[in-house]
Amino acid sequence: MFRATLKSLLARKVRLVLSGLAVVLGVMFVSGAFVLTDTLGRSFDSLFADAYAEVDVNVAAKPKLAVNEFEGEQLQTPFPASVVDTVRAVPGVAEATGTVVADGARLIGSNGKVVASFGPPQLGGNWVGEGDLVQLREGREPRADDEIVINKGLADAGRVAVGDRVGVLTLAPRKDFTIVGIFGYSGDRDSLGGVNEVMFTTPTAQQLMLGEPGAFNNIVVTAASGVSDESLRDAVAAAVGDDYVVKTGEQLSADAAAGLKEGLTFFNRILLGFAAVALLVGTFLILNTFSIIVAQRTRELALLRAVGASARQIIGSVVLEAIAIGLIASLFGLAAGIGIGALLAYLFSNLAGGMALAGIAVPASAVIGAFGVGLVITVLAALLPALRAARIPPIAAMQDVATPDRPLTKITIAGAVVTSVGAVLLFLGLGGHAGGNTLATILGGVLFAFIGVALLTPLISKPVVAALGAVFSGWVPGKLGRLNSGRNPRRTAITAAALMVGIALVTGITVILDSAKSSISGLVQDNVRAELVIAGAQSGPRPPSFDPAVLDQTKAIPGVRLVDGQYGDIALLGDQRTWVGAVTEPAAMRQVYGATPVAGDIDRLAAGQMMISSDAAESRGLSVGSTVPVQFARGEPQTYTVTGVYESSPILGPVIMPADAARNFSITQPIQAFIQLEPGARVADVLPRVEALLANSPEVSVADRDAFIEEQTGQLDSLLTMIQILLALAIVIAVLGIINTLALSVLERTRELGLLRAIGLRRSQTMGMITVEAVVISVFGALLGVAVGTGLGAAVVEALREEGINKLVLPWGQMGIFLGLAALIGVIAAVLPAIRAARINVLGAIAHD
Amino acid sequence: MTATTGEPASVAARASDVWKVYGSGEAQVMALRGVSAEFERGRFTAIMGPSGSGKSTLMHCLAGLDTVTRGTVQVGETTVTGLGDAGLTKLRRDKVGFIFQQFNLLPTLTAKENILLPLSIAGRKPDPAWYDVVIETVGLRDRLDHRPAQLSGGQQQRVACARALVARPEVIFADEPTGNLDSRSGAEVLNFLRNSVREHGQTIVMVTHDPTAAAYADRVVFLADGQIVSELIEPTADTVLDTMKKLDTPAEVAR
Ligand SMILES: Nc1ncnc2c1ncn2[C@@H]1O[C@H](COP(=O)(O)OP(=O)(O)O)[C@@H](O)[C@H]1O
Ligand SMILES: [Mg+2]
Repeated sequence: MFRATLKSLLARKVRLVLSGLAVVLGVMFVSGAFVLTDTLGRSFDSLFADAYAEVDVNVAAKPKLAVNEFEGEQLQTPFPASVVDTVRAVPGVAEATGTVVADGARLIGSNGKVVASFGPPQLGGNWVGEGDLVQLREGREPRADDEIVINKGLADAGRVAVGDRVGVLTLAPRKDFTIVGIFGYSGDRDSLGGVNEVMFTTPTAQQLMLGEPGAFNNIVVTAASGVSDESLRDAVAAAVGDDYVVKTGEQLSADAAAGLKEGLTFFNRILLGFAAVALLVGTFLILNTFSIIVAQRTRELALLRAVGASARQIIGSVVLEAIAIGLIASLFGLAAGIGIGALLAYLFSNLAGGMALAGIAVPASAVIGAFGVGLVITVLAALLPALRAARIPPIAAMQDVATPDRPLTKITIAGAVVTSVGAVLLFLGLGGHAGGNTLATILGGVLFAFIGVALLTPLISKPVVAALGAVFSGWVPGKLGRLNSGRNPRRTAITAAALMVGIALVTGITVILDSAKSSISGLVQDNVRAELVIAGAQSGPRPPSFDPAVLDQTKAIPGVRLVDGQYGDIALLGDQRTWVGAVTEPAAMRQVYGATPVAGDIDRLAAGQMMISSDAAESRGLSVGSTVPVQFARGEPQTYTVTGVYESSPILGPVIMPADAARNFSITQPIQAFIQLEPGARVADVLPRVEALLANSPEVSVADRDAFIEEQTGQLDSLLTMIQILLALAIVIAVLGIINTLALSVLERTRELGLLRAIGLRRSQTMGMITVEAVVISVFGALLGVAVGTGLGAAVVEALREEGINKLVLPWGQMGIFLGLAALIGVIAAVLPAIRAARINVLGAIAHD
Repeated sequence: MTATTGEPASVAARASDVWKVYGSGEAQVMALRGVSAEFERGRFTAIMGPSGSGKSTLMHCLAGLDTVTRGTVQVGETTVTGLGDAGLTKLRRDKVGFIFQQFNLLPTLTAKENILLPLSIAGRKPDPAWYDVVIETVGLRDRLDHRPAQLSGGQQQRVACARALVARPEVIFADEPTGNLDSRSGAEVLNFLRNSVREHGQTIVMVTHDPTAAAYADRVVFLADGQIVSELIEPTADTVLDTMKKLDTPAEVAR
C-alpha cells in the first residue's frame, strides 16, 4: 500500500506541488516570524550587553510612574548630586559617576527638520568622557554650555558636521549649540540599535534633560578589584535606601532587552495571525485538491476495494499521501521561512541604524511551528476526502459514471449551522458579552463564519455563477467556460471560498477603517469650532510638541479670538492609570469643543482643580467636590478636586486639568493647539503669521481644520495599506488554488477539449473558454468576500458605536476595485492552464482512453 | 436536396502515396506504407481491415488530425499536408466533420446545443431548412433539450451524426461509429448515414471492422499491414466477409 501511495504521489506531482505550495507559504510565514523575532531578540541581548558592559552597578531612583514598552520611554526620577557622594563612599566602589540620560533630545538637521526616530529613543545626556564603548571619532569633548557632541549615526542622518551650529529641542524650546565632536561605538558602530545621542556638558544636560540643576538620574558605579558586582550592588543598595533601584550591569541589560522583547512578542503574534489566515486559505486549497484526486481515482480506488483493500487501507493511503505532502511542504516552508526571517531581520537592522545582528539561528519554536502547522493542516484537510474515498463501493470500478452529483442538502445544513454558530460568537464578542475572552470569541466567530459560508457556497454558486456568466453568453467560448465553472459546484465553491477569505478580511477592515475615518472627521467637523490647528505627525512613540510661548504670541495676532494649547500624559489617579489632558484655555471646552456641562463649572480651572467626563465620574464614583490623589510622571503626589463634569464625547478625554499640571508631565510642552478666529477674520491672513511663530518648533505645523483632519485620518490609511500587504499573501494562495482547480479541470477534460478542437474551436477560443471559467470563479469568490467582509465590518462598526464610530461607510470604490482585481486574478490564474489546454494534441486527446 | 456543390472536382478527399511511421529504431512501426486513395464526392466509403492494419491512422491523416511522414493529403481543394494549426482549425471548421466511437458530446450542453456547436464556434448561423431536415432525419425532435447523460448510447451517437451533418462539411469522417452500440442502435445510425449520402449528397468516409456495417457503404477499401489490398463496389455483408477471410493472413492474427 505504501509503495502504491508513493507511486501515485509522483504521478500527480504538478497538482501536489501547487497545493503543497499553499502549505509552504503558510509555514514560511509561521517559521519566518519565529526566526525574525528570535534573531532580533538575541541581537537586542547583545546590544544591551554591550551598552552596559562598563557598568558594574547602576543606581537610579524609583520611577514615579512606571510605563510599559508601548507607552514610551521610562522617565527616570532625578536625584541630588549628594547621592553620588554617598555611593562613592561605599566600601568597594572604585568609581561612581553621576550621569544624565533621558529621552527627548531632538536635533534639528541641516534641512530644518527634526531628525526623526521611528522607535528608538533620542537620548540627551552629559558627556562623561570616552571609554571602551564610546570613542570620539572627530573633534573634542564639550566644554562650554553651548557645545555638544553627537553620535556618528545622528550626524549622518541630520547631515551635520563638527563646527556646525544646530538647534536642539529638549524639555526647553529650541536652543542652539555648536557641534564640537562626533563619537562612535566599539566595533565601528555609528549607533547602538538606532538610538541617537546628544551629549551636553553636565550642567546643561541637568537643566535641559532633567529640568533640575545639579541633579542626576543615574549613577554608574565600577567595583574595586576583588569586589563582585553582586556584593557591591547589595552594599550600595543598603547605603542609598529603598527609594533607589540598584542593579548590576547584567541585570540592567537583561531588563532593557526584556522590555523590547515584550514588543517583539506582540509583533510575533501579529505575524502569526496573518500566517493563520494564509493557512486557512491553504486548508481550502488542500481540501479541494484531495477531493479532486479522490474523484479522479474513483475507479482505481474501487478496483483496490474490489481486490480486497479495506476501507481503512484506503483512508490510510490518502492520509499517507497527505502526510508526505505535509512533511515536504513544511520542510520547504521552514527553509523559506528561515530565509525570509533572516532577510527581514537584516532590513530591520538597517532601519535601526545598522544594529549588529546576532547570527541567524533556527529556534525550536520555528521547527515545531513549521512541522506542527504544516502536517496538521494538510492531514486535517485530507481527512474528509479520505473518508469519502473509503465509501466508494467496489462496484464503481465496473460502472461508467461513478460519482453522480451528490445532493447539497447535508452540506447546506452544516453550513447554516456553522454560520449561525459564527454569528452567535460574533454577537457575543462584539456585544461585550464574552467575559474576558472578547478577542478569542470574535476571532472564533470570524473563523466559523468563513467556514460556514464556505459550506453554503455550493448552493449559492449555481445561481450566482449563472448570473455572472450571463455576461459572456453571447460568445460561444465564454458560454462554454461559464457552463464548465458551474459543472462541479463543490469544487467551484471551495476555490471561490479560498479567495473569499482574503477579500472578506480586506473588505471588512476597509469598512471599519473608512467608517472610523469618516466618523472622526465628522466628529471634528461637527464639534470642533476652530479654524486652525497646530499639530505634528507622530513617527515614534513620542508625540511632537512645541514652544508654549507660541500660544500667547498667537493670541496676540489680530483676528484670533481664542487659543487652546493642549498637553497630555498618563497619570495615576487614585490607583488607576488614566490619560490626562491639560489645557491653557478652559473656556474652549464649550466655545470650541461644544462640551455640555453636567454638573459644576466647566468654563474655568484653577490650580488643583480638574473636570471629568460623565463616564469617568460614573465609573469612578466621583462628583463635583470629590478629591483625588494624583501622581504624575514627575514630582510629588498632589491632590486635585473635581469642579466640573461634562458629558462624555469621543473628542474629549476623561480628565482635564489646568495647564500648570503639565509641569509634571513627561512631555512638558504642548502637543496640540486649537485656534478660533474672530468672526470675519480670514484664515489666509492668520495662518502665515502662526506659521512664522513656529519657525523654532519644527516638529509641528499649523493647518486649517480640513488639512488637520486629513493628517489625522491619514495615519489610518497607512495602517490599511500595511494590513492589505500582509493579507495579499492569503490572496496569492487563493490564486494558486484557482490555477490548481483549472489545471485539474483541463487535465480531466482532455478528451473534451480534443473534441472541441476537432470540431473547429481555435486555440485562442480554447484559451478564452478557460479564462472565462477562471474569471467566473474568481469574481464569484470576490463577490462572496465583499459581501461577507461588508457584513463583518458593519458588525464591528455597530459594536464601536459607543466609541464614537457612528458612521457606517461602505467603500464602494474599493469594492469595485476588488471585483476588478478578481477578474484580473482570474485572467492571470488562467494563463498556464489555458496554454496547456490550447496545446492539447487533438489526436492524442480523442484517441487516448 | 441533391449533391450539387459548386466545386468542379468530384473527389472530396485524396491520399497520395501516404506513409506514416511511428517511433524510431527498435520501436519503429510503419502504420501506412504508400497508401493512395480517392474518396468521391457524394459517396459513402468504408475503410476495412483487421485490427492494427492502419485504418484509424489513415483516417486521422486524411482528416488532418495527424501529420503524414511522406506523401500528401487533400480535402476538396485544400492541401492538408503542411497546414499549421490555424489552417487545420479552419479546415475542421469548414470542410470536415467527425463522428467518433465514444465521448462524442459535451456533457454540459443540451442535444440541440451540441448539434449547433460547430456552427456557433465558427460564428455561423444554421440554415433553418437544412437544420429541420437534419433533425427530422435523426428523429430526435423531442429530445433536443436533453443533456447527453439523459440520452441512450444510440441517441447520443445520432446527435453526434447530426452535429457532423448540420455544417454540411465537404466530408465526414467516422471512426467505428457503431463500435460501442448494440446492433439495433448501430443499424439506426448506419441507416441514417446512408440516407444522408443518398438523399443529401453528403460525403462520408467510415472506418469499421464490422462487415455488416461496411455493407451499408457504396464502396469498401481494404487495408492490410498499412497498404490498400483490395476494393469492393456495392458490397454486401457476405462479399465483405469473403474478402476479409482472404486477407486474414496468419501473420496478422498473431499481431
Ligand atoms: N501513436 C502511435 N504510436 C505508435 N504506434 C502507433 C500509434 N498509433 C498507431 N500505432 C500503430 O500503428 C498501427 C496501425 O494502427 P491503427 O491505425 O490504430 O490500426 P487500426 O485502426 O486499423 O486498428 C498499429 O500497429 C498501431 O500499433
Ligand atoms: Mg482503430
